Amino acid sequence: MPTATFRIWRGGSDGAGAFVDYPTEVSEGMVVLDAVHRVQAEQAPDLACRWNCKAGKCGSCSAEINGHPKLLCMTRLNTLDLTVPVTVEPMRAFPPIRDLVTDVSFNFRVKPTLKKFAPRPADVADGTWRMSQRDIDRVQEFRKCIECFLCQDVCHVVREHKKHEEGFIGPRFFVYSAALEMHPLDTADRLGDLKNENGLGYCNITKCCTNVCPENIKITDNAIIPLKERVVSRFYDPVTRLLRVLRS
Amino acid sequence: MSIQQRFAYDVLVIGAGGAGLRAAIEAVGQGVSVGLICKSLLGKAHTVMAEGGMAAAMGNVDDRDNWQVHFADTMRGGQYVNNWRMAELHAKEAPDRVRELEAWGAVFDRTSDGKILQRNFGGHRYPRLAHVGDRTGLELIRTLQDHTVYLGVTVHMEHTVIDLLLDNGRIAGALAYDRERGRFQLFSAKAVILATGGVGRAYRVTSNSWEGTGDGHALAYRAGAELIDMEFVQFHPTGMVWPPSVKGILVTEGVRGEGGVLKNSAGERFMFGDIPDNYKPQTASDAEEGWRYTQGDKSARRPPELLTRDHVARCIMREVKAGRGSPHGGVFLDIAWIKEKIANAPEHIRRKLPSMYHQFKELADLDITAEPMEVGPTTHYIMGGIRVDADTQASTIPGLFAAGECAAGINGANRLGGNSLSDLIVFGKRAGEYAAAFARANGVPAVDDGAVKTAIDASLAPFSRGSAGENPYKVQSDLQDTMQDLVGIVRVESEMQEALVRLEALWARAAAAGVEGHREYHPGWHTCLDLRNLLAVSEAITRSAIERKESRGGHFRDDFPAKDPAFGKFNVVTSLDRDAAASSPAGMKVSRLSIPEMPAELRQVIRDQEQ
Repeated sequence: MPTATFRIWRGGSDGAGAFVDYPTEVSEGMVVLDAVHRVQAEQAPDLACRWNCKAGKCGSCSAEINGHPKLLCMTRLNTLDLTVPVTVEPMRAFPPIRDLVTDVSFNFRVKPTLKKFAPRPADVADGTWRMSQRDIDRVQEFRKCIECFLCQDVCHVVREHKKHEEGFIGPRFFVYSAALEMHPLDTADRLGDLKNENGLGYCNITKCCTNVCPENIKITDNAIIPLKERVVSRFYDPVTRLLRVLRS
Repeated sequence: MSIQQRFAYDVLVIGAGGAGLRAAIEAVGQGVSVGLICKSLLGKAHTVMAEGGMAAAMGNVDDRDNWQVHFADTMRGGQYVNNWRMAELHAKEAPDRVRELEAWGAVFDRTSDGKILQRNFGGHRYPRLAHVGDRTGLELIRTLQDHTVYLGVTVHMEHTVIDLLLDNGRIAGALAYDRERGRFQLFSAKAVILATGGVGRAYRVTSNSWEGTGDGHALAYRAGAELIDMEFVQFHPTGMVWPPSVKGILVTEGVRGEGGVLKNSAGERFMFGDIPDNYKPQTASDAEEGWRYTQGDKSARRPPELLTRDHVARCIMREVKAGRGSPHGGVFLDIAWIKEKIANAPEHIRRKLPSMYHQFKELADLDITAEPMEVGPTTHYIMGGIRVDADTQASTIPGLFAAGECAAGINGANRLGGNSLSDLIVFGKRAGEYAAAFARANGVPAVDDGAVKTAIDASLAPFSRGSAGENPYKVQSDLQDTMQDLVGIVRVESEMQEALVRLEALWARAAAAGVEGHREYHPGWHTCLDLRNLLAVSEAITRSAIERKESRGGHFRDDFPAKDPAFGKFNVVTSLDRDAAASSPAGMKVSRLSIPEMPAELRQVIRDQEQ
């Protein structure tokens, strides 16, 4: 069986560590997660790595492969150059825990700070609603999100500028907000929060998040830009501002 | 080593898939404090992988559907060894549970008049599965997760429960450790709900994630609860077979619901050749009628590809064994053929089955809109589990409740596709409700510090053996081969007796497993802790399968290929024999439990649906 070398980050929560080379047998159809598992079973039983579904549905095995944010389970070896070592390292925007595992708890703290779903009263006496498929297509795109947080990892506002420490919620939660804002039943208003608290203005639409999304959600075009447009027309459009003044 | 953190809750929920989350929502709504332990990060539980949908007789697509039809379908699918009261509650309550999800933000696919769309699935008489493309599980778990995080439930992510704790036979809480730091944590609780899912990792080929190691089954068993129906394991007929690294990953039944057909290497639709008598009246007589059924023609009957999963899996095995399989040991599942029937078929397939399209494109380099898939059976689900009271989900231990896959009863000998997601929300809710009531009615239990210390010492033993001990990954791998080869889809007495011999040796090797290093996020150590759970459920499956000397649903015996009415009158029970446990690692007792007689009105419902 042919062999390839996986250069895997080994390190602890203090950030100290080093890449270690693991030559490993490879076979047809393998993905990088298979190689990591083989290393775990045969050479490094304590190699830490998150994974669950191994089918691109749960978003657990996020990492950086040859420097690119990807899911380990959806990166086939035949898409990589195996004549040189394949580097596998943790998502670098998040604090390290051990080896390939990072502390992504920031993401779980953000969500409850955002206004939750608030449906209008039911349309029918039996407590149900009517929605047409056309009206929910765009929300369903956002709800494909598997919360792998690769978009958070690659976003330079998080990665380089650490603005999430000052309230920037990142692309994942702009998608979450867009899914609620565009939900046909929702009645809550999040535009003020998006502008004032959540740092929507920091995004300068470089589309890095869209490029790494394993679900191919058009994060920038379909979620962030429409939210920015709504904020602009609410808070900065002279005509609506005038109307608001006149109404009050 | 001692406890490093202590938590106290009225209700502790172990497991954060659909059942655990729904239970937590209900319990916290009753005004009690709730802690939720998940083995992985929140939102990653195996529920996320469910594809096809959740069964609920709402009648949105076919108004002939109602709870009676759903009940009768579930009982027929389970070969009448189901807990009929659970099947009744499930059929009656599922529609409300699904509509409730919409009020919490779920966005189901729609009918043309704006209602929740429902699709066809195996064993369901009418289109019944509420769905979102083929990612219904993601929609379910995210809806429940996003609802829960606003309710004040305390979530402990990446924690693993080591043992349940008792106070004079009543539940007192659980001992767990957190993966990040490896610290031991004591959770005291007035009531505990197990919602830990399945056991698929006991087999080599499985659709289950690493979490499916039978934790709840084994925790309850070790604490003295009874397990039932453990011989009934569901082998889903369509898992991926190629490439080797993805073998076992699920291919949704929705492919067949949308018109996909199974063919052997000769191009025959072999399912037409083997239709069980009790399904003949409901099954299409030719390909044309089957196609019309999948396209919503109410006068047509369903194609044989949509017979129950146990039957379809065995037919596929037979084709492969007879040399009529596909190149990599499966059969062909073809959805691309529908281009003969409808315009813009590729786009239609991508819209109806987006994750299947994506999965095959990314993992197998195959375009399902142009070529047939290769599929074969994969270990998917266990019908057996913790014996619970139908109405309250209470186990045989006071204060211990169970819901979802780790509980047993609703599915009998075989589960219909789509009945799992609805099971999670129907009985998750009930478990939460009754666990909260139990917590309110009972005081704070005492925790036995001696038992805690014993459990901690045992769980740290692998470190003292170090790398000189058995490699835990190798032990798990050998266990998977044993179960796959000897207690799989087709079973015989001699092979299962051989499995028991091998299991005994594996128990000894598991007890000698060792790892090096420290406790922080150590997957090897975690595997050591998983082993005894996997071994306990494997032994329960094997012993129950030996006890049932007939073939029924997911349990097929080559030496007893027929169904035997005498075996339809009881469930097989496995439980811990404390006296024997001193000498044998599992100390397992096998017994039979009579199925109570069904009330006359439910018997009538089944008779009415027999045509």
